Amino acid sequence: MTLRILNPGLSTSIQDLGRPGYFHLGIPMSGAMDRFALRAANLLVGNGEGAAGLEAVFMGPEIEFTKNAVIAVTGAELPVKIDNEECETWTALEVKAGQKLSFGFLKAGARAYISVAGGITTPMALGSRSTYPIGALGGVDGRPIAKGDELPIGEASSMKVGCSISESLRRGPATTATLRVLPGLYWHRITEAAGNGFFDDEWTVAPEADRMGYRFKGGTPLEFVDRDQPFGAGADPSNIVDGCYSYGSIQVPGGKEPIVLHRDAVSGGGYFTLGAIVSADMDLIGQLQPHMPVKFECVDMAGALIARRDRQNMLNKIRKELE
Amino acid sequence: MKTRYTHGGDEHIYVEMDDEMSLDAFFKSLSMSNAVAEAKIDGVTEICPANASFQVRFNPDVIAPDDILMRVKELEYSAENAEKRLTTRIVEVPVYYQDPWTHETLMRFRERHQDPSGSDLDYAAKINGFDTVDDFIEAHHSQPWFVSMVGFVAGLPFLYQLVERERQLQVPKYLSPRTDTPKQTVGYGGCFSCVYSVRGAGGYQMFGVTPMPIYDPEQKVTYLKDFMVFFKPGDIVKWKPINRAEYDRILIAVEDGTYIPRIAEVDFDLDDFNADMRGTNAKLLEALNDA
Repeated sequence: MTLRILNPGLSTSIQDLGRPGYFHLGIPMSGAMDRFALRAANLLVGNGEGAAGLEAVFMGPEIEFTKNAVIAVTGAELPVKIDNEECETWTALEVKAGQKLSFGFLKAGARAYISVAGGITTPMALGSRSTYPIGALGGVDGRPIAKGDELPIGEASSMKVGCSISESLRRGPATTATLRVLPGLYWHRITEAAGNGFFDDEWTVAPEADRMGYRFKGGTPLEFVDRDQPFGAGADPSNIVDGCYSYGSIQVPGGKEPIVLHRDAVSGGGYFTLGAIVSADMDLIGQLQPHMPVKFECVDMAGALIARRDRQNMLNKIRKELE
Repeated sequence: MKTRYTHGGDEHIYVEMDDEMSLDAFFKSLSMSNAVAEAKIDGVTEICPANASFQVRFNPDVIAPDDILMRVKELEYSAENAEKRLTTRIVEVPVYYQDPWTHETLMRFRERHQDPSGSDLDYAAKINGFDTVDDFIEAHHSQPWFVSMVGFVAGLPFLYQLVERERQLQVPKYLSPRTDTPKQTVGYGGCFSCVYSVRGAGGYQMFGVTPMPIYDPEQKVTYLKDFMVFFKPGDIVKWKPINRAEYDRILIAVEDGTYIPRIAEVDFDLDDFNADMRGTNAKLLEALNDA
């Protein structure tokens, strides 16, 4: 059983839940940007939550099935079609041998997840099938999918169709977004006024938004606390001695445009970071389109952990619903 | 040195040994991150050492963020008193300075540079007070370097020169990062040299290129068969200037599987080094020459 790629879409890559464990060598975890949506898609088709599926950005691929299969599409609102017939998203769908899966125009969100019962079984690289193109790891020969690729699919554990996830649990992409931030890291480098402005201002997602990081623009440039730059840091007040970056950390080169690092993060560098997006809101970033307005909201650690628990409860409800 | 502890969101602890770069800060960071690894704390998933800092990733469902911060803090005292000594290796890395590929790239991104009238090396030589580019290149390769961090992208080493602070070369990064850097470019930013392991974006000044691969996800390169990443923190590097003919010869040897980097096992003791830098370096280079 294989998936024959007739048209890859704009940028469609194989992703699972990633390859943690190599960030100290500059190899990021990668994996689905919206992990919640990938897990949901896998649960719908009876896969383990970490099975490899496809992450399609803004535009869906066109795929021919060589055998009967069960699939599900979650994440962004990207209309699903089987032989041009529109079908439900967040639902286990049957695709017959020879049928073609395609997509309509994106309505909301940025990334759709396509899972197939049995999961994609391309070779593992460092314990994961996730595509990390910069390091040529995972995916198909280390790259996103291309026209003519034949993707192998594993043995399905069930071929049950029709089950779906309730509307209330489909964490849909919003038209404006609030990203919760825990201040920390090099927060002390900016003035109090700059810190307040960062949270008060409305930002928009810049066109430079990808798996490595999302850039935001439109807010007031940040003012730095005066200091003599430490040895080895570099002359700009936004420079530090190159240190580690974390997933979700917010760097602001030159104090101008914040960049939030995501699943394909660079592991370190020489710009100060003012804190990090809380883990619960990382998936949401993967569903932001360029030009979308965004507010950053300040939370403390207790708030970050409550948000994390809320997300886990929602996933647990899906797990229960599909049991 | 004053250690600073902070949270990086709800899944990371960040520990900065010092806000300025020094080998003392590096050694303390390495000892502490090793101590965290040895403590095998439940919930810790990744430990990343950097130049003068390190980061711990953990699962807050297993250990509370404040608890992990306390546990890491408790390890500071023992790390401070750990031996600042490493059994490591010195590696000779051939560099073709002023090569045509980085030159073509730096000309393409001239408007992002501090001094569009010359090359990156012209600029670096001038601001570091060297009369000629050749003198600057000589200063870059004459004394060994210490890998103080691996990261940014896959397998990229940051290197710190083993000389007195007043002799350290310092060069700012590009005003705005390039969108392209040739694979295996030898770069420079702040007080660090680096080797770009893969082609891609970058903000460091470009001095040359090495024919020696340091990252191979396919693991076809002979000396990368065991693991795809060549460098690790604590490695010592000696740049060896080469010309175009030698560059081409090494490329072919890498392709044939006959290229083996020159490597010697050495001990590095920070106190010995601080007491006698030239003497320590001479011993390191002697070990390499004997290899």
